[in-house]
Amino acid sequence: MTFNIYDLTSFNQWVDKTLYDSLPAFWAMIIEMTLIGVAFLLFYALIGLFLVYAERKVCAFIQNRVGPNRVGPYGIFQTIADFIKLLMKELIPINKADKFLFNLAPFIVIIASFMAIAAIPFGLGLHAIDFNIGVFYVMAVSSLGVIGVLLAGWSSNNKYSLIGAMRSGAQIVSYELSVGLSMVTIVILAGSMQLSTIVEAQRDGWFIFTGHVPALIAFLIFIIASTAETNRGPFDLAEAESELTAGYHTEYSGIKFAFFFLAEYMNMFIVASIAATLFWGGWMPLHIGGWAGFNTVMDYIPPFFWYMGKTMVVIFIMMWFKWTFPRLRIDQLLKLEWKYLLPINLFNIILMALIVLLGWHF
Amino acid sequence: MNSIITYLKELFGGIKTLLKGMMVTGYYFVHPRSIITQQYPENRKTLQMFDRFKGQVSMPHDENNLHKCTACNICEINCPNGSIEVISKQVEKADGKTKKELDTYIYKLSMCTFCGLCIKVCPQDAIVFTPEFEHAVFNQDKLIKTLNKPGSSLKEKVKEPINII
Amino acid sequence: MEDLFIISDAIQEEEYIINMGPQHPSTHGVLRFKVSLKGETVLGVEPHCGYIHRGIEKMCERLTYQQVIHLTDRLDYLSAHINNEAVCLLVENALQIEVPERVKYIRTILSELSRLASHQLWWCAFGMDLGALTTYFYGLRDREPILDIFEETTGARLLQSFNCPGGLMNDIHPNFIKRVKDYIVYFRKKLPEYDELLTGNVILQERTNDIGFLTLEDAISYGVTGPSGRASGFACDVRKHHPYSAYDKVEFKEILFDKGDTFHRYKARVEEMWESLKIIEQLIDNIPEGDFVVKMKPIIRLPEGEYYQRVEACRGEFGVYVLSTGDKYPYRVKFRSPNFSNLSAINLLSAGHKIADLVAISGSLDLVIPDIDR
Repeated sequence: MTFNIYDLTSFNQWVDKTLYDSLPAFWAMIIEMTLIGVAFLLFYALIGLFLVYAERKVCAFIQNRVGPNRVGPYGIFQTIADFIKLLMKELIPINKADKFLFNLAPFIVIIASFMAIAAIPFGLGLHAIDFNIGVFYVMAVSSLGVIGVLLAGWSSNNKYSLIGAMRSGAQIVSYELSVGLSMVTIVILAGSMQLSTIVEAQRDGWFIFTGHVPALIAFLIFIIASTAETNRGPFDLAEAESELTAGYHTEYSGIKFAFFFLAEYMNMFIVASIAATLFWGGWMPLHIGGWAGFNTVMDYIPPFFWYMGKTMVVIFIMMWFKWTFPRLRIDQLLKLEWKYLLPINLFNIILMALIVLLGWHF
Repeated sequence: MNSIITYLKELFGGIKTLLKGMMVTGYYFVHPRSIITQQYPENRKTLQMFDRFKGQVSMPHDENNLHKCTACNICEINCPNGSIEVISKQVEKADGKTKKELDTYIYKLSMCTFCGLCIKVCPQDAIVFTPEFEHAVFNQDKLIKTLNKPGSSLKEKVKEPINII
Repeated sequence: MEDLFIISDAIQEEEYIINMGPQHPSTHGVLRFKVSLKGETVLGVEPHCGYIHRGIEKMCERLTYQQVIHLTDRLDYLSAHINNEAVCLLVENALQIEVPERVKYIRTILSELSRLASHQLWWCAFGMDLGALTTYFYGLRDREPILDIFEETTGARLLQSFNCPGGLMNDIHPNFIKRVKDYIVYFRKKLPEYDELLTGNVILQERTNDIGFLTLEDAISYGVTGPSGRASGFACDVRKHHPYSAYDKVEFKEILFDKGDTFHRYKARVEEMWESLKIIEQLIDNIPEGDFVVKMKPIIRLPEGEYYQRVEACRGEFGVYVLSTGDKYPYRVKFRSPNFSNLSAINLLSAGHKIADLVAISGSLDLVIPDIDR
């Protein structure tokens, strides 16, 4: 067995083979699934903590501040301290709340974001499930979170929460369309819904370059719509701090609040990684046709780092505009979707189909 | 056709304004020098308060532990919220005369609104504002301060206070 | 359990009432809006004030005129200096004392600096109400040097109590003029950034344009003064029409718009910042020499009678009414606070708009709650 950081397929096959050779098939499968689950949980927690820290630092620098700098060097342990605080906080029981749904809601939110991770290709061979309808699966699963948001808002027995939840419902139902259609644009270009195929198709050039204008437009729409789908600013109407105090999670405290909080960042990570996978080639290094020397140099960077780097850039863009723009109003939010994004998106799909049919892409 | 042009104009005009805003925030993101936060407990050594800062009322004493307060009570009368209490005592002098002297000058920091009237009206300039600002204590009693130091006495040869309420 | 699931017509017709406040991020203090909603649409707003009523007017009846001044700081704390000035002007006019020119100039400069600081804080809080959190820090960043100027000269950053009947508590600090000049240069560079970041932003335009109309008639009948009133075309700038201190010696424009929507209330304040800079620039080089205070009697007794003095505070016309019986204490004091009148228009402005617009409208009125409750 060789451990190759550039291609983990052989390593995975070796683990798989060893397990199945030494154990009955059933137990081998259970252990394999547990291993993957634990790995994802760890990854999830680490990414969540890191993103919270990154967000605080980015917004601090944008706002001429230093940001967290007390716990650990440059405040890197700040989020861990916060997390411990949240763990120890009292879970305040709400009178007349629907107890079952109230407790269920954070789990639905967090499970929805957790499920979506499974289909994302982190690197060559670092891919839990390679569905042939990967794009479709990610889209379907990541939008499940709204059920949790709706439940949270409804069951809290709080008027602010209810308004927040209803806003969130209207918002996600509308923006799901744009997210889906901008993904379809890329699916047309790639000719497949399998994420590994889509990444493979970008070996010689990322779709955002090879797909001409339609891919660029699709990327912009995807970024806008997916920000709206993750309930982040300037589309954070569901929590809208200055209007609804904290929106759907007003009544949550302690670890349940932490779940919502973590899920928000994980959703951001997921949409960013989908954006990176569909438009910027996922873990594929930057290759420029004909520049053999340059391409070899790029190949030296392991795929996982390529993938994380691209995702972080997308996340940074999302943070950047969150900390710049004012929040939209609910009717303007819907107007933006139905008057601007959707027509442009439909037009864009036709354009992309034409380009693919006529073979104008690189 | 016109409506399409207005539509596109609106769209691109909107995008332009958004990008303008992002340029501003982006500029500050890549210019960490524009950070203006002061690192307070760390810069305590170098922190310079403005000399006029109204931190708290205090009574300067000279090297012989002498202050200038004649216990005339003008500051107490002028204080709008009763944060000053001047307790005086009758002291018998060497020549047999009794004289009013300051016993304790109580200053309740928790009630002070820093209006500066006491300092303005003091005929002897016996009290001043000092720029201390770290007033946090664990017990409220500690905010009731005695301004004259123990064993201190009046600096002689000060003119008699003009007796106004 | 059964009856939970029966939705009667009565319930469907019922208004959905939420309490915005007393603890709410957008009311910037302990103000309570009782908002009736239908869906997201506001049917009516009922402001409930009095949560930080401290009885300042009553307290003033037991204080001498010098002591009253420090309480006026606590009304509209962002225009503390201007409120002080109102009481001082009242006393000076009642006793017919002519204060030195130097005092007038310094008072005017400090008032305009207060106005700048107040409008900056309003700008950043308004951005925050609309969800642009970064504006908050930019506004505070630019306000900080002003507070430093105040701190250096008056000894306090917010509640200065720098005025006294007959002049000022202290002369200006030697660094004052240089600092103010530096600040004007600095802020002239930063102010266009405000426009780039927020004013021009298409989202803000959409959020504020054509929202919360206040007609000229309504502005007059509700007594909405200050930038909020002037955005509706109500020429109510006390500085211009009844000049006090050194305002008759400077040239400035009274910002008037006639549309009267949220955006123009916003615009009026941003434009006023430019005007304030102009006023300070005209005065800062020509501060005449002289005393900083007129010698006053230690006990001030106003002659028997009624007195009223108005000044232009940051949010509108601030008036002090004093009924004197010739005693050293005022018999009755009444403060005409701009925010109370401005608040009264909120129901008119926000009815029929969305709940998010209510936040924008109350932000554009720039309410300071302690001034409402007094």
